[in-house]
Amino acid sequence: MRPPVQRYRNILDFALSSLLRRKGRNLALICVYTLVVFVLASLVFFVQALKREARELLVHAPDMVVQRMVAGRHDPMPAAQAEAIRAIRGVEEVQPRLWGYYYDPVYGGNLTLMATSDTALAADSVWIGQGVARTMRVQEGDMISLRGYAGLPTLFTVQKVLPEASELVSSDLILMSPRDVRSLFNLPEGLATDLAVTAGNPRELPTIAAKIVERFPDTRPILKSEILRTYEAIFDWRGGLMVVVFASAVLSFIIFAWDKATGLSAEERKEIGILKSIGWESADVLLLKFWEGAVVSLTAFLGGVLLAYAHVFFFSATLFEHALKGWSVLFPRYRLVPALDGYQLTVLFFLTVLPYTAATLVPIWRAATVDPDAAMRS
Amino acid sequence: MIQLAQVVKTYQAGLATPFTAVDGVSLDIPAGKLTVLKGPSGSGKTTLLTLIGCMARPTSGRIHLHGLPAGTLLQLAEGDSLEITSLPERFLTAIRRRTFGFIFQQFNLVRGISVLENVMLPTYPTGEDRRFVEARAIERLEGLGLSRHLHASVDRLSGGEAQRVAIARALINDPAVVIADEPTAHLDSRLSEEFMDLMGQFKAAGRTLLIASHDPIVYGSPLADAVVEMRDGRIVAGP
Ligand SMILES: Nc1ncnc2c1ncn2[C@@H]1O[C@H](COP(=O)(O)OP(=O)(O)OP(=O)(O)O)[C@@H](O)[C@H]1O
Ligand SMILES: [Mg+2]
Repeated sequence: MRPPVQRYRNILDFALSSLLRRKGRNLALICVYTLVVFVLASLVFFVQALKREARELLVHAPDMVVQRMVAGRHDPMPAAQAEAIRAIRGVEEVQPRLWGYYYDPVYGGNLTLMATSDTALAADSVWIGQGVARTMRVQEGDMISLRGYAGLPTLFTVQKVLPEASELVSSDLILMSPRDVRSLFNLPEGLATDLAVTAGNPRELPTIAAKIVERFPDTRPILKSEILRTYEAIFDWRGGLMVVVFASAVLSFIIFAWDKATGLSAEERKEIGILKSIGWESADVLLLKFWEGAVVSLTAFLGGVLLAYAHVFFFSATLFEHALKGWSVLFPRYRLVPALDGYQLTVLFFLTVLPYTAATLVPIWRAATVDPDAAMRS
Repeated sequence: MIQLAQVVKTYQAGLATPFTAVDGVSLDIPAGKLTVLKGPSGSGKTTLLTLIGCMARPTSGRIHLHGLPAGTLLQLAEGDSLEITSLPERFLTAIRRRTFGFIFQQFNLVRGISVLENVMLPTYPTGEDRRFVEARAIERLEGLGLSRHLHASVDRLSGGEAQRVAIARALINDPAVVIADEPTAHLDSRLSEEFMDLMGQFKAAGRTLLIASHDPIVYGSPLADAVVEMRDGRIVAGP
């Protein structure tokens, strides 16, 4: 048989020179194509990254939180109730937690204030999240002033800025000693915001939750798995909204590709006829067009994915911010942790390259399989 | 030698308006000679050339090629004969590439690429090394007085130059048979004479020549060994 490698190379070379010959048209095509891939890839990367952030954040959250409800609203609960809950079978540990929201009038944002039992945190000191450090423009060693329940400012030393590992939700966090939280919020000793419950066997959690409600009808247990589900639903819903917008982008792209393909220019059709008449087989012509299509699709795919990666992970998805986030003033300055996964890339590839290839293949096939004598009549 | 037996080509066969362009042609085209097909416009000359040149299949009839060059694809030995009308496309293409050099009425050059690349184009799918092909193409083009235009785009050539590029391309695979369709249609009489001189050289080199033309410079030439006249798809005067 013929030496195949050289045949592929010759035809690939000619495909490249053909693409260059129709520079203007192919550049326009690649630009539109890249844009579609970019938008889709940004969306996929963004939603995936948000979900991952939420999941990672909750890794350290307690399996179950028990709150007290008064008149349908969350209210501080007696810390002594922890003992009673600990007595329920299957419960391993019950930890009273102290936390609250703090509205910062200067920056117009809500912060989460939380007590930590970590003894490394000194009294009158705080550990703060990246977002807090940024909006307040403070760093380690600076002082911040928080307004107490009576309206009087209290000064705290920033002892540590928490690392960026998972920023999306913890960036608005301020950690302080339990004593400081109580005095700032005027929470009497013996009351906790809620209780964190750990079970020996996580599968028993729903049963334990049922028992808690039964024994203390004024409480509401919240399972981590439920929170996770809520997060996913929120991100999916927000992502879904964008999908609707971008589905139309993809659709118009497919129409564009279809148009480009079915309208194989008279020039191109003639060229295929010439090639056939000078001794190219249908398979050779298809290979040529396949190379051309592959170069266009792969350039656009790689370009689009790289741009999307930069957009989402280096420029914090600037274009989507308003549609996808914005429930806290602190969020706009977050930074997602870069991550790529093969599954997403494969899905993207099939969403973009496949429709294009399918749309272009049929008319090329039709043009490539005509008798070469057709080339002589034009 | 090429032998045609009762060859018929009907376009749009089976449709509402079938048209028989070649109607029962039987003809022997001797090797190493110049055969001219003449006849009025629409008499079926081009159609017959495409059938002989393996570009289209006849609706019925047989075409035998004798004295084919040896080839691996068809496992032919030197000088074998073959009935081509029933061969699959791949084989037809292979035969066309090795046996026939086709010079088209409209030249059929690929626009936007250089003269040299146009001449090399037929060899790309054969997987032949580009360097050898290029050397051969340059040799052919120089032989036709086109050495100054090797890297020019074909769009800028004059009619006579474009035709010589088409001739160089037809010769790139060193075909035993050269087929030319109305080669002088776009040439003035001086260039037409030049073309016939060239055909004389090819004949002297042992190639078989088949030219369709209604130009007296061609069918009246002393080089023409046989003139076949066609009308309405049939041969009305033969060798
Ligand atoms: N694809 C086709 N479908 C239908 N009719 C066709 C087709 N191709 C050619 N014909 C008809 O076949 C007849 C012969 O055409 P052909 O091109 O062989 O003539 P010709 O002798 O080469 O004419 P000319 O001297 O003008 O080039 C013409 O009447 C033409 O209209
Ligand atoms: Mg004709």
